[in-house]
Amino acid sequence: MFDNFPLWPQRASSMAGNVDALFIFLLIVSGMMTLLIFCAVLYFAARYRHRKGVLAEQVEGSTPLEIMWTIIPLGVFMVIFGWGAFVYFQGHTPPRDATEVYVVAKQWMWKLEHAEGQREINELHVPVGRDVKLIMTSQDVIHSFFVPAFRVKQDVLPGRYTVLWFRATKPGTYHLFCAEYCGTQHSGMIGNIIVQEPAQYEAWMSGTNNGPLSAAGEKVFAELGCATCHRNDVQGRGPSLQGVFGKPVQLEDGRMITADENYIRESILDPGTKIVKGFRPVMPTFQGLVSEEQLNALVAYVKSLGGPGQPGTKTAMSAPDGAAGKGNQVQ
Amino acid sequence: MSDSTAAAHTPEGLHNPALLHHFATEEQQKDSASFGMWIFLGTEVMFFGGLFCAYLIYRGWYFGDFAAASKSIDALLGATNTAVLICSSLTVVLAIWAAHTARRGIMLVMLALTMLFGLTFLGIKGKEYHDKFVEHHVPGTSFSFEHEEIPGHPGQYANARHAEIFFALYFIMTGLHALHMIVGLGIFTWLFVKAWRGVFTPRYYTPLEIGGLYWHFVDIIWIYLFPLLYLIDRHQ
Amino acid sequence: MATATVPAVERENYLNKHYGVGSWLLTTDHKRIALLYLVSITFFFFIGGLFALLIRLELLTPAGDLLQADTYNKMFTMHGQVMVFFFLIPSIPAVLGNFLVPIMIGAKDLAFPRINLLSWYLYIIAGIMMLHCMLTGGVDTGWTFYTPFSTAFSNTKVIEAGLAIFVSGFSSILTGLNFVVTIHRMRAPGMTWSRLPLFIWAHYATSIIQILGTPVIAITLVLVVAERALHLGIFDPRLGGDPLLFQHLFWFYSHPAVYIMILPSMGVVTEIIACFSRKRIFGYTFVAFSSIAIAVFGFLVWAHHMFVAGISVYAALIFSMLSYSVAVPSAVKVFNWTATLYKGSIHYDAPMLYAFGFLGLFTMGGLTGLFLAALGIDVHVTDTYFVIAHFHYIMVGGALMGYLGGMHFWWPKISGKLYPEGWARLAALIVFIGFNLTFFPQFILGYLGMPRRYFQYPPEFQVLNVLSTAGATVLAVGYLMPMIYFLWSMRYGKPAPNNPWKAAGLEWTTQSPPTTFNFDEEPVVTWEAYNYDEIDKGHKEVTVVG
Repeated sequence: MFDNFPLWPQRASSMAGNVDALFIFLLIVSGMMTLLIFCAVLYFAARYRHRKGVLAEQVEGSTPLEIMWTIIPLGVFMVIFGWGAFVYFQGHTPPRDATEVYVVAKQWMWKLEHAEGQREINELHVPVGRDVKLIMTSQDVIHSFFVPAFRVKQDVLPGRYTVLWFRATKPGTYHLFCAEYCGTQHSGMIGNIIVQEPAQYEAWMSGTNNGPLSAAGEKVFAELGCATCHRNDVQGRGPSLQGVFGKPVQLEDGRMITADENYIRESILDPGTKIVKGFRPVMPTFQGLVSEEQLNALVAYVKSLGGPGQPGTKTAMSAPDGAAGKGNQVQ
Repeated sequence: MSDSTAAAHTPEGLHNPALLHHFATEEQQKDSASFGMWIFLGTEVMFFGGLFCAYLIYRGWYFGDFAAASKSIDALLGATNTAVLICSSLTVVLAIWAAHTARRGIMLVMLALTMLFGLTFLGIKGKEYHDKFVEHHVPGTSFSFEHEEIPGHPGQYANARHAEIFFALYFIMTGLHALHMIVGLGIFTWLFVKAWRGVFTPRYYTPLEIGGLYWHFVDIIWIYLFPLLYLIDRHQ
Repeated sequence: MATATVPAVERENYLNKHYGVGSWLLTTDHKRIALLYLVSITFFFFIGGLFALLIRLELLTPAGDLLQADTYNKMFTMHGQVMVFFFLIPSIPAVLGNFLVPIMIGAKDLAFPRINLLSWYLYIIAGIMMLHCMLTGGVDTGWTFYTPFSTAFSNTKVIEAGLAIFVSGFSSILTGLNFVVTIHRMRAPGMTWSRLPLFIWAHYATSIIQILGTPVIAITLVLVVAERALHLGIFDPRLGGDPLLFQHLFWFYSHPAVYIMILPSMGVVTEIIACFSRKRIFGYTFVAFSSIAIAVFGFLVWAHHMFVAGISVYAALIFSMLSYSVAVPSAVKVFNWTATLYKGSIHYDAPMLYAFGFLGLFTMGGLTGLFLAALGIDVHVTDTYFVIAHFHYIMVGGALMGYLGGMHFWWPKISGKLYPEGWARLAALIVFIGFNLTFFPQFILGYLGMPRRYFQYPPEFQVLNVLSTAGATVLAVGYLMPMIYFLWSMRYGKPAPNNPWKAAGLEWTTQSPPTTFNFDEEPVVTWEAYNYDEIDKGHKEVTVVG
């Protein structure tokens, strides 16, 4: 399209084509419907224009017609619903082995940390063709991570993690917008997604020297004294975290839940809410004692201890409270 | 344009001052007033409904903490208040019966008793609020809820933040209810004055009926509030 | 039977029966209350329009160079609040509904005239609170008040704005209550449910939503105000609360609220199309029940505003499916209106031009709703200008055009004067053109990815924004014109006969303007609604009453 007057957003992700296909289908259906109504109205208005001495003919109605134009639209709508749901599921099912990036949104910037340790502000470098999963939370109010070229958007909430995934298909630089009004500089909370060829991306990655996020997490784990109770050698006062990520966990009130990112986070900030069966409720809360970045690091560390839910598990996120018991398993 | 008075004449030909000009018959007026009050009560159900919805959700999520918080409010006072309100609904019904059967004296006494019960309710509520204030259970900067055991889970203490949500909802729910009681008292004062002036006759006591409907509704809200707030997990 | 030599506007009618400010401010006449509302909502329409103008001016350039960021945020917030709560929701019910509902069913007044006046006073009190809020700092949370921003982070007058809307809600509830009781209990003899004008059915459905939905936003605002004032944690995750709970409670009302805004307009359009096609509406029963269906289904779809908010995929599926079901009755109405034109005898007076505009724009707006209900698409376009375009097509292209059409249609009845037809047709055309120029580019902007509530944007979005602003200025002209010529007609317009359109409906049997009690004698209805065949054949001459 025209460079400074685009009429269609770029397609730069594996999902973009799917979304555009449905959109174009809807454009065609709506276009036809609009044309139909416009033409009918204009034609009737002209053809049946008031003429002196000619009376209107009272046509009461027609039940068969009513039924037809109720059922047919309903049918078309259900098709659209089904297609839309399918595209939605595709977009909400992060593949296994997706590279993980932790995102912390705050008024008015995006802080990103790759699992390998690179930190970025308002920019995200990703290699083309790789599945990337963003695990996001907010430090303050609700924000929303929006990349039009990828056709992805997900609100970023304080107090819990939400997830977004994509696979970039075209190298280039694409807009990142905050799409949930968040205060003064909402329209300034923008950035770039920089999609690079694998070689370029490797070069960029080696330019930074932070260790992987999980190593940072291991440090925090030690500093905060978590190892005192969560031991790998003997049974401590707290459950062992070896291999726990992604596994079902039985709570002392009988519920079974999956140990996903939100569960780990909740266990650190609000340990009394879900007590593992066989353990006493003695874990202190770390609310106010850990930053969002430290929380992300701890989550990454627990993940690195192995388990069926290692990076790239196909399980979607469960809500931290509510959602009784089981995490939502989306295959 | 005084055609309106034509409709105000009863079949017996007597002018009824209570019939408003835009109604064709007294029955239409009475039906409309009743219907209107029922619809208004429907809106009140939706109003409290949103609040109950929020309450039920948090109660489901933080059951233990809510149970601990609930234990700290006085169920005996709450039960007394329930009895007081139920008695007040009885006196309302009796007042209406008295109006219907032209017993002016009883009507006035019943109306006065209703208001007395209402004031008693508010007084007991005031005592409860005072107790909560003294115990630092009022949400805000001086809120404190430490070392309160969760009923049935010895050694496990309630999360103070979650308990604060209970108390926030407790004060908002009972506070709004009390506000409705105060409005109800205002309505009944007005009804009492009208009754004293002899406005109500066996043929016309619609304001009493719809005032009564309102009062019963406020009573019913309390009957839901009491077990929900005061009786969480009490058998522990 | 009065002679037709003295125009009704000079005989005694509801306008000249009593004089003086007191006779207006203490009136219980539903027609006078309708006019009180007309003045007040027009005032707020211009306030809301002023904010819109400032928004569009800022968006002429990609940089945020006209207003400061905080000021801009207040502009779009207050534009939304004023337009939704102080213009659109009252508009047709409080002006046309108040005026016409009793007359259309053959009654002397609404069931509760004093409560009707109370409704207006509550609206005014709310309006004053809102004005005070705006003049002493304003509010910048967006009209949607999302938490925890509104409860714990915004530095503006959230509490005052919330309370103002709370009070306005009661005005809305009482109007709805009044209409429901009136329609049930005060119909004239012979006015059965199936003889009611569809305008009445539409207002009945609207009133149900007002009664059941508005209290929920009332309690939600109470909770927001309490949380903000007392630093509670009901919606704040740092204190154990859930921001999504706010969104559910908010949208539980605010979605049905959009049907409060559109249903009355649909009722107006039905009356206009029937009259200017000289035909009974095609499929009367289906149109009547589709209004009720929209009201009912409208309560079941609220979370389609929350597809990316963090709700579960299963909730998203259910709400998407239900959202498609609410589109069906709206589609049915569009088909029935179109079919009414078939074999009609169509006149192109201004009200009908507005109705045509409504048909086109509501169809387009409604179709774009299908896009938004599709989960896969919504992820991309929610919170962008696509949504803004969608709801403006419905609320402005739909509801507002219906309102203007209705004002033109019933103006002779309300004022006793005729508006200038030529100017009115021109204004309708200008509104239609200006509207499309303003809002169609916004669909494109939205799909391109321009988010809502942005006062600065990437330069490649500029051309479309400039087109949109240009359209807005045209639209403004189109709206100013009726203001001017309606006022002009009150003094210089030709006196109106009782039934200038030869329309069906009891309101056209009264004088223009009506007397205070509408009818000299209670009408007894023995004919079906929209009996245009009888009217045009002269079998039932519309009697001039009074």
